[in-house]
Amino acid sequence: MVMPWALEMTLARPNVKNIVLVEGVRTPFLLSGTTYSDLMPHDLARAALQGLLHRTAIPKDVVDYIIYGTVIQEVKTSNVAREAALGAGFSDKIPSHTVTMACISSNQAMTSAVGLIAAGQCDAVVAGGVEFMSDVPIRHSRKMRKTMLSLNKAKTLGQRLSLLGSIRLAHLSPELPAVAEFSTSETMGHSADRLAAAFGVSRVEQDEFALRSHSLAKKAQDAGLLQDVISFKVPGRDIVSQDNGIRPSSMEQMAKLKPAFIKPHGTVTAANSSFLTDGASAVLIMSEEKALAMGYKPKAYLRDFVYVSQDPKDQLLLGPTYGTPKVLERAGLTMSDIDVFEFHEAFAGQIMANLKAMDSDWFAQTYMGRKSKVGTPPMDKFNLWGGSLSLGHPFGATGCRLVTTVAHRLQKEGGQYGLVAACAAGGQVSDTHPGGVFWLIVLLKNK
Amino acid sequence: MCFPLLIFFFLPHQARTHVSYELKDDVAVIRLNDPTSKVNTLSVQMQAELTEVMGEVWSNGAVKSAVFISTKPGCFIAGADINMIQACKSSEEVTSLSREGQKMFEKIEKSPIPIVAAINGSCLGGGLEFAIACQYRVATKSRKTILGTPEVMLGLLPGAGGTQRLPKMVGLPGAFDMMLTGRNIRADKAKKMGLVHQLVDPLGPGLKPAEERTIEYLEEVAVGVAKGIANKKVSLTKEKGFMQKLQDTVMGLGPVRKQIYKTVSDKVQKQTKGLYPAPVKIIEVRDCKGVKRVFFFCFFSSNFGKLAMTSESRALIGLYQGQVICKKNHYGTPEKEVKKLAILGAGLMGAGIAQVSVDKGLTTILKDTAVDGISRGEQQVYKGLNDKVKKKALTSFARDTILSNLSAQLDYSSFKSADMVIEAVFEDINIKHKVLKEVEAVIPPHCIFASNTSALPIKDIAAASKRPEKVIGMHYFSPVDKMQLLEIITTDKTSKDTTASAVSVGLKQGKIIIVVGDGPGFYTTRCLAPMLAEAVRVLQEGVGPKRLDALTTSFGFPVGAATLADEVGIDVAAHVAEDLGKAFGSRFGGGNVDVLKTMVEKGFKGRKSGKGCYIYGKGKKDKSVNPDAEEILKKYKLAAHPAISTDSDIQYRLVSRFVNEAVLCLQENILRNPVEGDIGAVFGLGFPPCLGGPFRFVDSFGAERLVGIMKRFEDIYGNQFTPCQLLLDHAKNPSKKFHK
Repeated sequence: MVMPWALEMTLARPNVKNIVLVEGVRTPFLLSGTTYSDLMPHDLARAALQGLLHRTAIPKDVVDYIIYGTVIQEVKTSNVAREAALGAGFSDKIPSHTVTMACISSNQAMTSAVGLIAAGQCDAVVAGGVEFMSDVPIRHSRKMRKTMLSLNKAKTLGQRLSLLGSIRLAHLSPELPAVAEFSTSETMGHSADRLAAAFGVSRVEQDEFALRSHSLAKKAQDAGLLQDVISFKVPGRDIVSQDNGIRPSSMEQMAKLKPAFIKPHGTVTAANSSFLTDGASAVLIMSEEKALAMGYKPKAYLRDFVYVSQDPKDQLLLGPTYGTPKVLERAGLTMSDIDVFEFHEAFAGQIMANLKAMDSDWFAQTYMGRKSKVGTPPMDKFNLWGGSLSLGHPFGATGCRLVTTVAHRLQKEGGQYGLVAACAAGGQVSDTHPGGVFWLIVLLKNK
Repeated sequence: MCFPLLIFFFLPHQARTHVSYELKDDVAVIRLNDPTSKVNTLSVQMQAELTEVMGEVWSNGAVKSAVFISTKPGCFIAGADINMIQACKSSEEVTSLSREGQKMFEKIEKSPIPIVAAINGSCLGGGLEFAIACQYRVATKSRKTILGTPEVMLGLLPGAGGTQRLPKMVGLPGAFDMMLTGRNIRADKAKKMGLVHQLVDPLGPGLKPAEERTIEYLEEVAVGVAKGIANKKVSLTKEKGFMQKLQDTVMGLGPVRKQIYKTVSDKVQKQTKGLYPAPVKIIEVRDCKGVKRVFFFCFFSSNFGKLAMTSESRALIGLYQGQVICKKNHYGTPEKEVKKLAILGAGLMGAGIAQVSVDKGLTTILKDTAVDGISRGEQQVYKGLNDKVKKKALTSFARDTILSNLSAQLDYSSFKSADMVIEAVFEDINIKHKVLKEVEAVIPPHCIFASNTSALPIKDIAAASKRPEKVIGMHYFSPVDKMQLLEIITTDKTSKDTTASAVSVGLKQGKIIIVVGDGPGFYTTRCLAPMLAEAVRVLQEGVGPKRLDALTTSFGFPVGAATLADEVGIDVAAHVAEDLGKAFGSRFGGGNVDVLKTMVEKGFKGRKSGKGCYIYGKGKKDKSVNPDAEEILKKYKLAAHPAISTDSDIQYRLVSRFVNEAVLCLQENILRNPVEGDIGAVFGLGFPPCLGGPFRFVDSFGAERLVGIMKRFEDIYGNQFTPCQLLLDHAKNPSKKFHK
């Protein structure tokens, strides 16, 4: 098939290969500690890969490379991409690696894939992400680890006994992984609450947005729109075929919850935040040439992307405001050209704060060096099939879900351009130098 | 004269400028902002307007609760107005002021409607007393939010009921700690202590500037709390934990209380040596539980009044005000801001300067000639910052980013982009000339060359320079990260812009700065040298190091003279004594320089070498006298003159030489004014703070009396004790004072 559109309309660029999304799937996203609780991360990733193989019927040796994203690493399977690929039956000749970039780890997997194809290294790459919060590595304390390592080296019984004798109660307290910034020691929820306060986002606004997310997700689920979800037979358990975190409630009930992070006057609660989730996703990305040659009907063109980063303390979650105008300008589009928006919903307060920032001339002038405000996406194009608040947010896997959802929505709604925005924590630089938080904006074009 | 009541009487006819209020539903939000100053103080005007506004709020039946908040960034109330206290001529006046404050705070404490203090920024002294009179306190976790009762540092006590309310809130030991040390308490600590009820996070950028929105948010939260208290949804009584209950019960027991007072009194006595009356009065004020409240407040106000009139309090207030003056740049904004600093020599001083520079975001090069030197220097900077991490004053992440400003190197690479070079190499004019020439070959034309020397005249160093207008002296004190003073030395040729740059860098490094003229020993070293010469003579006369230390500390010096010599370094002291001896002649005589030289020969260079007058061991708390040093002293033994060898005579022999030299520096225009002289002596050399510095000491002690004492010494020792002309002028005319 030849592209019927003029060059500028397709956003294709001369001498750059057209790269397409062929298919995207994911396991059902489940609240952590539910049906998946006895699995390991690579089991989930394996399920997503097998689902992709099944959907696309791609021969197991055609794929050139496999990349997976994950945040909290299981130390036994530190290159989870490789373990999952082998387990899913892919050829053992396919190299695979694992990337991490906090909550946009699978976005990083996808853009790495785009890079490999654009550079002419590969023609078909599988990218995905997995997160397994039902089990996280809890370590011995540093003191205890040190003692145990010295114990390995101890030669005589006397040395061993003296080392064992040095163990105190304090050695035994374990180290839990925290969902906190290393640089600021602030948890994401705490940061989101401050952000909401900084933009004057009220508790009611946040609860309303969360309710919207759950209601839309429920509608999409009931209407069978979430086609990216594959069924998964969990060993020893039933077949799982639906997300289980979608729970539309009422404003009255949500109002009863106490703040989860900043007490007693905070506004971020369990009901207006995304929850801890288990899940995996996978997409097949190919050069257009190869896809067409193999007889695939690609779902969308992956046209452009930008990563931006800000101060990890006060602007941790403000990425869409910075990134959206940047990617639009690169592509020569405006906000009104976009038909489908999918923003990652870490917290309702974070989405609302971004919408307020995008709507503020003062913010644009003071912090972004722009003449006027970015402008807000219209809500009738925004996260219409639910979002991370309701569907769940397995950190490493969300990116692929967003991209696949945009492709599906573009097809369903008949739109042309779609935009994905996703955030990730990860500070690099102190609060005097902005930089450190990544946002990815992907621009998709309907096929 | 102070008549707060009178002013209050006339006020209703004027528009209010400091206090405003608005109703938010049934909450009165009372906003404080002194438009005439950078900070809010409990000035006469502020107090009067507050009283008036509170009257209106209380008489308004629709108001169910109130919130006090400051709209001034970084400041709730920084304390009472010092000028107001200073303007008072008698202790009665101060007493009445204090009583006015108490009355107002008592009314607030007994308010029929709940009042919430919403604190952002400094909440000190009277400001804290004001806040703790309120029923509930909400504070921001901002770094600028600090609570404390610094009155003791000004020789005063918390004058408006704080001594009574604080212990109820934070317990007796906590209250004593706050009141006797005057230290600042950050918001999170205050929450733990029970000083504030609730914390609010500072906000980042939003739809308004961060701090403006933070204050607004604080107000929103405080209004919510005020409503909650009014309709009984928020409880004011916190359920006490078991330990707290137990502690309270134990503290309530008569004998236990007595014991606490005794322990605290003994400790205070030991530390202040009876030279500071305020801490004693603070304990006294607390220690009278049985007395009826009314009498009590009278007693306690009069104590406040008495304290305010003491010379110690005047001295401490003078130092406070002097320090404020010395934290400003009086030389204008430099043409080019110093962003990149290069330091030559990674020794104790060089690394110390590097530490205080990287800390404030200056890109800093630390250059030395040896890898060992650099390694030691870098470790010193790391340790200095890491100690802050251990004390939780800094995160490990912040430490790392601060350290990224430092680059240590052996060559002059990238000196071409340096804006200022500070040399801290060995005190030898030839070496100084050598590095000056090397540096001038590589630095850009605008770059300033500063010398960190303690005694070499800057003009001698500048003699080797192609551009003497860019050469200046920056004399830091060791340890650089702890000592607050920076002495900047200008020559006739130093340009004003160079001075402005040096002052601006010093201020950035957090220093208190005095700018003095050039000459051997400048100001600080020149004052210290005769005192140390006298100390050596005293040692030669058979007074042991321990007794010498006891005599100086009981006079008010924080560090005894023998210990000071060890800290400065015996080699440095010998060097300085010889150099300045040459420059000033017999006036700088006294002890025999050979005593010091012999000690250096034997390796007794002071603390840094482990031995000096004392022996320094690792982890040893009590240092013992170095017997070998005593041997040397015996070898150089002098006969003491019985006529001038009493304890008090020895003290005055030491102090009068210091003071006379300081006055002479002013006479010779090395010093620009007595304020800088006092600040330099106290913050750089540890002159007794309770005396306020050499110039304030002359004022309060009396020049005539001092001259009288010196003449007595002069008869025996000659010109070392000859009072200088300026001191004689003051002695002749008692109305002449250094400080107005």
